[in-house]
Amino acid sequence: MTSALHAAFGKAKSENRAALIAYIPAGFPTVGKGIEIIEAIIAGGADIVEVGWPYSDPLMDGPTIQKAAEMALENGASAKDVIATVGKVKAAGAVPLVMSYWNPIERYGVERFSQELAAAGGVGVITPDLTPEEGVDWIAATDKFDVQRIFLVAPSSKDVRLEVVANASTGFIYAASLMGVTGTRESVSSHAETLVARTRKVSKLPIAVGLGVSTPMQANDIAQYADGVIVGSAFVKAVLEAVDHAAALAAVKKLAQELKQGCVK
Amino acid sequence: MAPSQPDARGHFGQFGGRFVPEALMAALEQLENEYVAASKDPEFQKELTNLLQTYSGRPTPITDAKNFAQHCGGARILLKREDLNHTGSHKINNVLGQALLTKRMGKKRIIAETGAGQHGVASATAAALLGLECVVYMGEEDTKRQALNVARMQMLGATVVPVTTGSRTLKDAVNEAMRDWVANVDETHYLLGTVAGPHPFPMMVRDFHRIIGVESREQVLALTGKLPTAIAACIGGGSNAIGIFHPFIDDVEVQLVGFEAGGDGVETGRHAACISGGLTGVFQGSRSYLMQDAEGQTIESHSISAGLDYPGVGPEHAYLNELGRAQYRAITDREAMDAFLLFCQTEGIIPAIESAHALAGVIKLGKELGKDAVILVNLSGRGDKDVATAAEWFKETGQMK
Repeated sequence: MTSALHAAFGKAKSENRAALIAYIPAGFPTVGKGIEIIEAIIAGGADIVEVGWPYSDPLMDGPTIQKAAEMALENGASAKDVIATVGKVKAAGAVPLVMSYWNPIERYGVERFSQELAAAGGVGVITPDLTPEEGVDWIAATDKFDVQRIFLVAPSSKDVRLEVVANASTGFIYAASLMGVTGTRESVSSHAETLVARTRKVSKLPIAVGLGVSTPMQANDIAQYADGVIVGSAFVKAVLEAVDHAAALAAVKKLAQELKQGCVK
Repeated sequence: MAPSQPDARGHFGQFGGRFVPEALMAALEQLENEYVAASKDPEFQKELTNLLQTYSGRPTPITDAKNFAQHCGGARILLKREDLNHTGSHKINNVLGQALLTKRMGKKRIIAETGAGQHGVASATAAALLGLECVVYMGEEDTKRQALNVARMQMLGATVVPVTTGSRTLKDAVNEAMRDWVANVDETHYLLGTVAGPHPFPMMVRDFHRIIGVESREQVLALTGKLPTAIAACIGGGSNAIGIFHPFIDDVEVQLVGFEAGGDGVETGRHAACISGGLTGVFQGSRSYLMQDAEGQTIESHSISAGLDYPGVGPEHAYLNELGRAQYRAITDREAMDAFLLFCQTEGIIPAIESAHALAGVIKLGKELGKDAVILVNLSGRGDKDVATAAEWFKETGQMK
């Protein structure tokens, strides 16, 4: 059976576009409001939603997502909320993934998390600070509960590492567009296209590009060579800059609509 | 038992490893390869030894602390005087090694994290000497606690960046340094200051500090004709402790005891004693013990000592604890400060508050081991930087007017 994740990439391809993948931390700004924000993003056209697991030490994130994670944790966001939010993503019609730093998953229990995530309708997990070499238990647990694994490649990855990552991934491959942390950037680095081309040589999995992507024009650039466009900080920023919750909902929906239009090939 | 060495992927038993963004994997591999090559290169070793001797002042002496020993059950207390190094602590050993390695890799910029400021000062010093650009990340809280060291780093030409995220202490400075590194890795070396982080840092930083133990071993043998009964050191990330412990790991009769920062007491939850009061987990690049809640979120640590105020600990210490080869105990702020004052007034040496944790531990250890014992203690740094903090503490307790 094709996973819901691969089906989403397949559908986007048949519509001659890249899939729009939105990242938003669970519990941001609160659990309830966060779910409404995700629903608005999905209404705006996101195909896949990465539910972020807020973490105290997000060393791959820039100031925008750090701020969101801090707010979510202050408002009591927990593992339970991450899993509940996953269920809401599914109910709203998008494919739910979780993106998490490794320690919260390990502390929760690798098997327990895989099992509960799958039961809630979660399809896959992105693990930005877990390399395949350290992921032996993770690979076993996700295989057991049929959870898709998404590892990252970076512009600095040598060919031999691209193969390691490709062989360990099952969902898609997350290509980091630049050397740096999350956050909106003026333009997408030229490294992204090269990286995607290099990764294609070692994998048949879909490849999505993230880090620094915030505008429809950037999405359009990426859609020409990648299967998915990942946007995170721009959604978070829209929420942080909105005057109230209603404005935040409108802003993220509009941003999703514009990005979706940008995803055409 | 063989000296503990990590496996090919940097694991000490179940601890250590590399838990980092893929973007850093190439840099870590490059660092590991360069380090391994440099450690076998006589020219590199000669240059490092020359700097350690003519610039930092090694070998550092051993001092027989006869007055302080009166308060330690009469055991003989031998101080390894790392406080006499240039820049005032053991930190320079590692910094000189990594700064030379930075040049060898053709990089021109170093970044560093610092808590108490000792590693930052040492990094700024080496950068000035070797013509490298230097940026030091320091928690905003610590820039206030250690204002003197901020000024020292600036005078040495470094840029000090106050970190305003999270708990605004050492762990947040490490996060910021990692973020800088991932964005600038081509021309920048992250000069990590302790035996934590991803492989090869725990092994490499330990190796640069092994000289503490290597010298001590010869000096104690020459002085007493035998190995010490026990070795004591304070533990934050654990660099000074692993440096003095490591050459004695095969000498199973020598007790190795690390003293963690117990803050208000481990039972209060306000402490920085990861081994005594933490759980295993993954933090800032490797698996070890760390202070975390039931959800895997890092708990803010607390210690009067900025240099020990860190919720993680190096993976090799976690491993030595698991093996039972070393013991780890907690010392409260109060115990450390009482030992600080006693030591000042019996030996005429103002210790770093970090090192005062080891001294407080030695008072207890000496009483347990008795007067025939010889205890080697790593006096890892001097306390000039701590004078304001200590004066405030003693005024509050009434120990000073």
